Amino acid sequence: MTQMKKHAWVISLAVLLAVLLALTKIIQPGFGASGIESLARAALPFGFATSGMAVVIIAGGIDLSVASMMAVCAVTTAVLMERIAGVPAVIIVLLAGVAMGAINGLLIVLTKVPDIVVTLAMLFVWEGVALLILSSPGGSTADWLQGTIRGSLIFFWLPKAFLIIAMVLALLWWPLQRTKLGLSIYAIGSDELAAFRSGISIGPTKVAAYAICGLFCAFGGLSLAALTGIGEPVPGPYLMASIAAVVLGGVVLGGGKGGLLGPLLAVFVLRIIRTLLTLMAVDPNVTTIVEGVIMVGVVMLGTALTLKGTRK
Amino acid sequence: MSIAPDDRPDPFRERFGRYLADNPMIPLIVFLILLVTGLEVMRPGIVTPFRADRDGLLSMFWIGNLLKFAIPLAMLAACQVLTMLTAGIDLSVGIIATVAAFVCATLSGTLGVAPAVLVALSCGIIIGLVNGFGVGIVRVHPLIMTLGTGLIATGALQVYQRFVINVGTEIPAFLGWLGTGRTAGMPNGLYVFIPFALLVFWIMRFTGFGRLLFAMGSNENAARLSGVRGWQVYLALYALSGFIASMAGLLYLGMIRQPSLSLANPLLLPSVAAAVIGGTSIFGGRGSYAGAIIGALILRVLDTMLTLLQMPEGARTALFGVIILAVTAIYVRITGSR
Repeated sequence: MTQMKKHAWVISLAVLLAVLLALTKIIQPGFGASGIESLARAALPFGFATSGMAVVIIAGGIDLSVASMMAVCAVTTAVLMERIAGVPAVIIVLLAGVAMGAINGLLIVLTKVPDIVVTLAMLFVWEGVALLILSSPGGSTADWLQGTIRGSLIFFWLPKAFLIIAMVLALLWWPLQRTKLGLSIYAIGSDELAAFRSGISIGPTKVAAYAICGLFCAFGGLSLAALTGIGEPVPGPYLMASIAAVVLGGVVLGGGKGGLLGPLLAVFVLRIIRTLLTLMAVDPNVTTIVEGVIMVGVVMLGTALTLKGTRK
Repeated sequence: MSIAPDDRPDPFRERFGRYLADNPMIPLIVFLILLVTGLEVMRPGIVTPFRADRDGLLSMFWIGNLLKFAIPLAMLAACQVLTMLTAGIDLSVGIIATVAAFVCATLSGTLGVAPAVLVALSCGIIIGLVNGFGVGIVRVHPLIMTLGTGLIATGALQVYQRFVINVGTEIPAFLGWLGTGRTAGMPNGLYVFIPFALLVFWIMRFTGFGRLLFAMGSNENAARLSGVRGWQVYLALYALSGFIASMAGLLYLGMIRQPSLSLANPLLLPSVAAAVIGGTSIFGGRGSYAGAIIGALILRVLDTMLTLLQMPEGARTALFGVIILAVTAIYVRITGSR
């Protein structure tokens, strides 16, 4: 039953996305491949931040430092690519992301301080690290990295950026979800005590969840660097946006429920609403209000529905 | 405390730990004193008035300055303490303070000072009521709800700014007096803050509302079964939080004298940190405002210290985070609670 409900949420998000796309097409008949391409490209860092956030929230935590970790990865990319423009740089950045996430997780497990407080403190730490690596926007990224997220592939309308995030999801998260680790992540998020009594080692699982979040943030940082072509040490607006998308995507705060597909769809829904409002010549400031109202409204609706469900 | 060797059970240490757990203010105050001492070592004469070549005024000036900048932070920390008592959090306080300050600054030229202040405060209360509605009646997680209203308020503020772009800003004189003025070396902001802090103490300790907050945070089900109407408590709590935040925003406006669209936003995360350092549990049911005030002072002294060290900005920011984490971790270790 809950399985059904979970899918119902994702399906309705997909329908919403389709409706919004159709609406965009109606309002702006010229909206086509290039429109979708730029939409997907802009959504890429949001998508990765949201994926990382979703994993830790499923594990029952929250990571307030995602935007800062992405900034660290973006500046690392930009600095490294000036010297070694190649695959090694990308691998180093990904490893750095995993390491940062693992440090977050280790600190939470070792100090026994609540997740939200630890990652709040680490938000400052990673922001500082990013500023130490590069004190002002600079560096450069290799052309091929920028090329990987630009343009469309295979079918004339399928944006590369969309393909990248789908591939990361398909090659990283879906296999993982089916392993013991994936199951453990859901278990500790759902009920830590029950998970412990079923023989799951809480600490390592939590560290792993945060490390995965760090890995996603590294992808996010790479895509940020590729988008802008430089490294920007000041964290972007990805923290609030990722929490919004995760909740919109049907992941329950507190953990144990949801997946990554829903949050990713939510990212695209939020981005396309922004495009739509821009096309309708709505004041961009009103767009912020609309986004906030949608976020609060959808969550209210979702909470009201689940409350009704549990009461019956 | 290395009086006894570590390898056998140490009744003294255990008792000491329990004593500290019962009096969580002691380690905090000790830490604050240590920090101030460290500051004095780094820059002799900045704190003590006892040195031969200094007059007593300098120290008063320093303490006054410290208090002045800690007051808005401590007021926003009150929002966090009160909401954390019910296992909530209010992430909209930064933007509420900004909205109040901006609205007041833009309206006081045209409407007059008193209506402008009233409008500013009611903005805070309205946002707070929306938060309370979401948290208490629709049962949205406070983190999401306050984040969402914060987003909406940010957008609304930006739209509002476009309407008043030609109006120009005016800072009410009494806010400037409160924010920057001094009486006997102490900032005038204390005229607001001391009654405010006493009021918060009184609310938390001696009123039914305060007890309800603790009850809701300790065990919401038990509280509900004993006849507490949760939604009323939440509605009142978040409205109060919004009111406090808008007051802090007005005070901050008088201090900074430069209204902007992100005036008080940087105070949001430190206000959470101050409450947490002060021993308030984000899981609810435990917290003290005195601790949060000390927490705010600690953060401000740390700020000064890191500025004095003349490190690159990145190292300062990182160290700030490390210290927040270390203080909280040590605190959790000493008191044995989360």
